[in-house]
Amino acid sequence: MSSQTKNIPPLMLSGLEPLVITKETNFVNIGERTNVTGSRRFARLIREEKYEEALDVALDQVRNGAQILDVNMDEGMLDGKAAMVKYLNLIASDPEISRIPIMVDSSKWEIIEAALQCIQGKGVVNSISLKEGEEKFIEQARRLKNYGAATVIMAFDEDGQADSYERRIEICERSYRIMVDKVGFPPQDIIFDPNIFPVATGIDEHNNYAVDFFNATRWIKENLPGAKVSGGVSNVSFSFRGNEVVREAMHSAFLYHAIKAGMDMGIVNAGMIEVYDEIPKELLERVEDVLLNRRDDATERLLEYAEKVKGGGKVRVKDDTWRKESVESRLSHALVNGIVDHIEEDTEEARLKIGSPLTVIEGPLMDGMNVVGDLFGSGKMFLPQVVKSARVMKKSVAYLIPYLEAEKAGKRSSKGKILLATVKGDVHDIGKNIVGVVLGCNNYDIVDLGVMVPAEKILDEAVKENADVIGLSGLITPSLDEMVHVAEEMERRKMTTPLLIGGATTSRIHTAVKIEPRYSGSVIHVLDASKSVGVVSKLLSSLSKEYAKDVKDEYVSLRENHQGRRGEKDFVSFEHARKNKVEIDWASYDPPKPKELGIQYFDDYSLDEIRNYIDWTPFFNTWMLKGKYPKILDNPTIGKEAKKLFKEANELLDKVISDNLFQAKGVFGLFPANAKGDDVILYEDDSRDKPLTEFHFLRQQGKKGDNIPNLSLADFIAPVDSGKKDYLGGFAVSTGFGVKDLAEKYEQDHDDYMSIMIKAVADRLAEAFAELMHQKVRTTYWGYAAGETLDNEALIKESYQGIRPAPGYPACPDHTEKPILFNLLDVTAKTGIELTESMAMWPAASVSGFYFSHPDSRYFGLGRIYEDQVQDYAQRKGMSVEEVEKWMAPVLGYK
Amino acid sequence: MSKIQDILSERILVLDGAMGTMIQRHKLEEEDFRNDKLRDHKYSLKGNNDLLSITRPDIIKDIHRQYFEAGADIAETNTFSGTTIAQADYHLEDIVYELNYQSAKIAREVADEFTAREPQKPRFVAGAMGPTNRTASISPDVDNPGFRAITFEQLATAYQQQAAALIDGGVDMLLVETVFDTLNAKAALFGIAELFKERGIALPVMVSGTITDASGRTLSGQTTEAFLISISHMPLLSVGLNCALGASQLRPYLQIISEKSNFATSAHPNAGLPNEFGEYDQTPEEMRDQIEEFLKNGWLNIIGGCCGTTPEHIKEIAEVAKKYQPRKQKLNHVSEIV
Repeated sequence: MSSQTKNIPPLMLSGLEPLVITKETNFVNIGERTNVTGSRRFARLIREEKYEEALDVALDQVRNGAQILDVNMDEGMLDGKAAMVKYLNLIASDPEISRIPIMVDSSKWEIIEAALQCIQGKGVVNSISLKEGEEKFIEQARRLKNYGAATVIMAFDEDGQADSYERRIEICERSYRIMVDKVGFPPQDIIFDPNIFPVATGIDEHNNYAVDFFNATRWIKENLPGAKVSGGVSNVSFSFRGNEVVREAMHSAFLYHAIKAGMDMGIVNAGMIEVYDEIPKELLERVEDVLLNRRDDATERLLEYAEKVKGGGKVRVKDDTWRKESVESRLSHALVNGIVDHIEEDTEEARLKIGSPLTVIEGPLMDGMNVVGDLFGSGKMFLPQVVKSARVMKKSVAYLIPYLEAEKAGKRSSKGKILLATVKGDVHDIGKNIVGVVLGCNNYDIVDLGVMVPAEKILDEAVKENADVIGLSGLITPSLDEMVHVAEEMERRKMTTPLLIGGATTSRIHTAVKIEPRYSGSVIHVLDASKSVGVVSKLLSSLSKEYAKDVKDEYVSLRENHQGRRGEKDFVSFEHARKNKVEIDWASYDPPKPKELGIQYFDDYSLDEIRNYIDWTPFFNTWMLKGKYPKILDNPTIGKEAKKLFKEANELLDKVISDNLFQAKGVFGLFPANAKGDDVILYEDDSRDKPLTEFHFLRQQGKKGDNIPNLSLADFIAPVDSGKKDYLGGFAVSTGFGVKDLAEKYEQDHDDYMSIMIKAVADRLAEAFAELMHQKVRTTYWGYAAGETLDNEALIKESYQGIRPAPGYPACPDHTEKPILFNLLDVTAKTGIELTESMAMWPAASVSGFYFSHPDSRYFGLGRIYEDQVQDYAQRKGMSVEEVEKWMAPVLGYK
Repeated sequence: MSKIQDILSERILVLDGAMGTMIQRHKLEEEDFRNDKLRDHKYSLKGNNDLLSITRPDIIKDIHRQYFEAGADIAETNTFSGTTIAQADYHLEDIVYELNYQSAKIAREVADEFTAREPQKPRFVAGAMGPTNRTASISPDVDNPGFRAITFEQLATAYQQQAAALIDGGVDMLLVETVFDTLNAKAALFGIAELFKERGIALPVMVSGTITDASGRTLSGQTTEAFLISISHMPLLSVGLNCALGASQLRPYLQIISEKSNFATSAHPNAGLPNEFGEYDQTPEEMRDQIEEFLKNGWLNIIGGCCGTTPEHIKEIAEVAKKYQPRKQKLNHVSEIV
């Protein structure tokens, strides 16, 4: 090796990720199917402007192991420049494809330059040459240098294409010297294509073409420091078109010798190469006779063989090469990639090989999960992938359990035991399940008590199971009180187990102010599943005391700050707030009368129709993928995962709909109504003689600026003394019937991923059903917006007239209005939706609320309320002040 | 005057801190952004901070002065949005030459003032070239991923104009910074290369990318190493990272740059992450301690501050930077000979 090469860096290319080609790098595959001259299908897709399908071609190449993507749009019938720019811009929006560097393949300089202006990474140009003289060559090379691209140089000059060994090395050397000495082009960025020509053509002059290529390659690598060699491999077998067996053998044997000679990369159809060692001996000998020009009758003998195997091509679909590796790496691969297909046979093989089922778990399986944990921790894997990994892990462990029991090998070593429960009265468990999976992946034992678990049961089980940590989850506001109760019980029982608090309504400040002071052990708020591992591992580490103290100190200061802030008076008296209500000029407004008053039921409503109303953004949030749909699908980091998740959710929806797995049931009613103070009275009929029931609303008490009212939902209904006839609606829908059974089926199969998916999809459907029904009410049953035409996006943005606030949510946070609504509409009898003791709806995928029609009606957050309003409210509702304070605890501005 | 390349191998150079944070302290009004010429400009100009180099040069010069006093070696010109593309928001495409020229000129004056006073510590001016508000490799329209709001050629031309004016105004080097789309940076480098060739000159060029979050990638999706590879075709003075993250969050990515780059390494992190009000509250001491880690590891040749940093931060950073040796630059990547 010449000493000059010492200081030459490797060839470094990039897409979204780097590709560094060193001497140790194996042969680099360049994907060739995105080439209109090489693939008839691709050419057709581009001509017909089917760019989405054309993108799939690129994706296939990447998934089949292409490390560089060759893109060629040189075709007479095509505006090559426009097609190239459009295709490359689309590629840039797909993070899986644009991960790898682009090879811009064109014989037109104009197209090459346009293409380079579209790629942010460092790509390769294919190609430039001395064909049109030195001056042009230099100018092109100079510009390439400023674009930051490596380049292929064809062995071509003013006199034509090199077809002998001597011409090849002459042109390559001349090109190299100009590039390096005159242009200052980095030598490592020069890639020669010394022309791969067809052999066995029957023309004697062609017989040495392959040998000349091998020799020229060897010469270039020895004499032109830093330069690389590439070529289009399929050319060599051109005379055997249609005979895939021979072609594949030729490609493979050609590459074998070319790589030995120093070829670094090549344009190769990965689906058209045989494994060199698997070429039948006779065929290999005849192929090599041709390539190496070893005998005069080589061509005839190969043709003769070719006749025998005509038409015997084969189809390869996916890359199964990982199946050839050791059982340990297969297990690891399956875990990291979430492939469940072979897990049982691989587990069995590992068990036989290693002997003890326990060692299989502690060895290869845990190793694999550690890789998963590391990748997740470093942001290289996303939650849906981790959940899939957990599914593979669970399958494997489930397979081993009978052996474990037989062996009585005892328990696997675990980092600790975590007991999880959704508290009494609450049925929401998606977040808790995700926490369980994430902790389980990190080698903690999980005891999951499920939903609606009373404090006694949680604490009894914790003692019985000897849990190291207790985790409580809850979504609805009354759960906050229940958590306080659990903390008090723990204190009373003199427990010391750390208590974790999580779930959508929980917060660090609530935990610090309301829960932590009740329990002398550790109480820690966990923001989301990704934080759970860090918290638990710190709690169970040797530094747990310090950590617990740090958290305690932090919460104490949070509390003090909180109390300090309370000192400032930033609220107004209830009387003042009432005077500052929304002023609606009722005299000049006639509330729309519903076309049909009374109650309507929907039994088994079409899910197919409901699905069109889904707002997908919260679905991705459930999976901890933050971003707005549909933009999230193109996010460079999480877009790929989001797309996959989206696809799977839709496949599940397809199945749910075709097999009728969930039932959608709903009820709504429209009633004559008038406001009386902050209550709304409903009447039996429009004569308004007999009151039917009444709803009670709360009013904001925060200090407001000029002309900003203290809102109450009651303000949007015409008051009794206005003399106007107004109306209020109520509704309840659920798409949760059938969800539990289906989710349990998957849970039994250790498939938490699908179980979470099912519940997440059901939640979205319930919201969608509520949206759909609201639209029907506005346009048909109430009919005040008959002309409304809004697409789903506009619906999601709530750009329609009227609102549908839900009891328990910010504008009316009192859950105890739900039983009034349920009685009014006879919800439980008519739909099967039930209320738990904490006023959560069961099934969980349910939505209920009110319909307001006034154009000024809008959503708002109530904020904090104070003693004067609580007393008034208690009186209006006929409840004790204590009871109101209990239910309204999260919004109380005092105590 | 010593060449910056020589000084770089001797000691760690200090870049200045945030311009915007300092301008905010002045609570400026619309009239501060206008002069006679702009008196009747139809559009609001408040917030177009680059304009202050023309309308309130006293403020900008004072900020440069404060940073130099705090110990900065290099001042960045007040030209973060000094391209026709960014100024189009204010309908001020025509002012771009004057804006860059004046910004460079006043920074030059202050730098020369300090160099004259302390010849052993020469002060430099870097022409700041921001990312613009358009991205060449990301579509602003989710429904049309193939669409681009700006082309490479438009960017290259705009950057070439900006660079020309900065050089005319007397900058020592150019700083292509806050790169969140590498294709924008490549267009800037292309424009600069064309300018250098046209004029037969070559000034040092620094590039500083932005890793947007814990994914470790630029906004346009590249990993740190891919970003480095994609801009390494120019003979650069330095490659580094700035903005979006505080020093401690920047650590893993800075390490990659330091290990892989053949150029000098720079960093100008934010003063931590913004709090819930969007303010930066990391103290100079906290930031200094985080940066000291980098210095201890020998990762840096140039260090400064981005959003939220002040002369107080730069003073601490400059003090601590004195204690450490600069990163040893790899002149050439030595490939293994088998």
